Amino acid sequence: MRMVSAAETAPTTHPWAVHAEGLRVRAGRHLAVDGLDLALGTGVHGLLGPNGAGKTTLMRALATVLAPAGGKLSLLGESVDGRADLRRIRRGLGYLPQQFGFYPRFTVREFVEYMAWLKEMPKAAVPGAVQRAIERVGLADRAGKRMKTLSGGMLRRAGIAQAIVNDPEVLLLDEPTVGLDPEQRLDFRELLRDLGVDSCVLVSTHLVEDVVAACTDVVMVNEGRLVYQGTPDDLIARGGTGDAGDSPAERGYSALLRRHRAEAGR
Amino acid sequence: MTGHPSPSAITRYAAGDAGLDEATVWSVEVHLEECADCRARLAGSTPDDVLALLERVGNGVDQGIAAGPDPVRRRRRWSPARHRWLVWQLAPWLTMTATVLVCAVLLQSLRPSLPSLVLLLAPVAPLPGVAVAWSRGADPAWELIAGTPAAGLPLLLRRTATVLAVIVPVLGLATDRTGESLALALLPCLAFTTAAIALGALVGVRRAVIGLATGWGLLMALPALLTAHLPALLRPGSLGVWALITVVSAVFALTRADRFSRLTPRS
Repeated sequence: MRMVSAAETAPTTHPWAVHAEGLRVRAGRHLAVDGLDLALGTGVHGLLGPNGAGKTTLMRALATVLAPAGGKLSLLGESVDGRADLRRIRRGLGYLPQQFGFYPRFTVREFVEYMAWLKEMPKAAVPGAVQRAIERVGLADRAGKRMKTLSGGMLRRAGIAQAIVNDPEVLLLDEPTVGLDPEQRLDFRELLRDLGVDSCVLVSTHLVEDVVAACTDVVMVNEGRLVYQGTPDDLIARGGTGDAGDSPAERGYSALLRRHRAEAGR
Repeated sequence: MTGHPSPSAITRYAAGDAGLDEATVWSVEVHLEECADCRARLAGSTPDDVLALLERVGNGVDQGIAAGPDPVRRRRRWSPARHRWLVWQLAPWLTMTATVLVCAVLLQSLRPSLPSLVLLLAPVAPLPGVAVAWSRGADPAWELIAGTPAAGLPLLLRRTATVLAVIVPVLGLATDRTGESLALALLPCLAFTTAAIALGALVGVRRAVIGLATGWGLLMALPALLTAHLPALLRPGSLGVWALITVVSAVFALTRADRFSRLTPRS
């Protein structure tokens, strides 16, 4: 339990938490995101796409780590460009990068505390928020362990804990289920549904099953462009018996991808 | 508030009367939170069986406290040294810089004919630390940090201050040993630090550091060693030049503060 401040219950003045129009982002010299239109509101959005589709670059741009090379991007109603006041936007962001580095000598609690400090949380709120975040990812019994002694799945969960410690309005998780065992993945889906009630969560993943189970919305990108945005049920309905895949959702995924490639090839 | 709830309502509330409607229960509760008189009345009108229960629970809790282990004092091992990754990351670089300066002092005591090595090294002494403080390669969690509101010039300055906190005392000791002017070691050191940050806003901190160190080595240090004469910039008359460089580059860096809000590949 925690206190809910007046700022949290105030109505938002922006229609979308994440709004991109013709967004272009460079990864090195290559335009990894090229003319992407995207509007995301409250809920859990699953980001699907083949390798090299620009998912990670898009995530980095949304996390304000990379500057857009063109197009419009606004987060929480504020435009993100060269001159934007990134501090205010970043206070409302949570981000778990795909390759997430950490300081091996830190304990889990110190790591999450340090990130809470970097996110400019009020000093008095930090210990409680850190404990809550660690409990939500199920690492309470490991809070005093050093990061270097953790397994891959636990590290991933520590990463999720730092991302949610400031109760972000926009939460970006890049491949959060890598290294989690089946039981932890079920717990994680539960956590996702919980987080998506009042914030905008974007989860990048390769596992179509995770998207269907935990997401309210499917976003599919290929070659830096938006291919499809719709509900998981609609994704399932797109698949025919002739499409590749072991589950209805996978068949829907491959059907959409095939159609997009055919259109692009023409 | 219209006034105190009636004594009968308080009595029924204390007895947990199921017939009392919820709206009355809420209003009594809200009133009790604010009114000490009614709380006293509540205590007076509590039925005996509830009092007995409360006493039993109270005794049980007291016994539990007396018999159980003492509360564990939570140790706050919040030391800046442990908590700042930078200290660990910088330690090898700062040790190297300090060792080089000590070697310079030793060499100078062995060969007094050489131009002052400490003064020649002072401008570039903080540069390795500054480069490590703000680079993608050196910070394992750069991507996490780059997305936080604290990332930017203030964080870079904080880390640079850590570097200077180590380098400045070492320079002070070194100049004390060799008998040079402390100002002639510190001002160039400060000027090169601010210049590295100012240039870093344009080309990235790491490149700025490499450029400055190379430039100083080729244009100033090498000729000085070859001719065995200190360059004019390291004579007492040029302190004003160093102060000017410091101020100008510091102001320039502050006006370009927004260039540091993203930890770009150039940084």
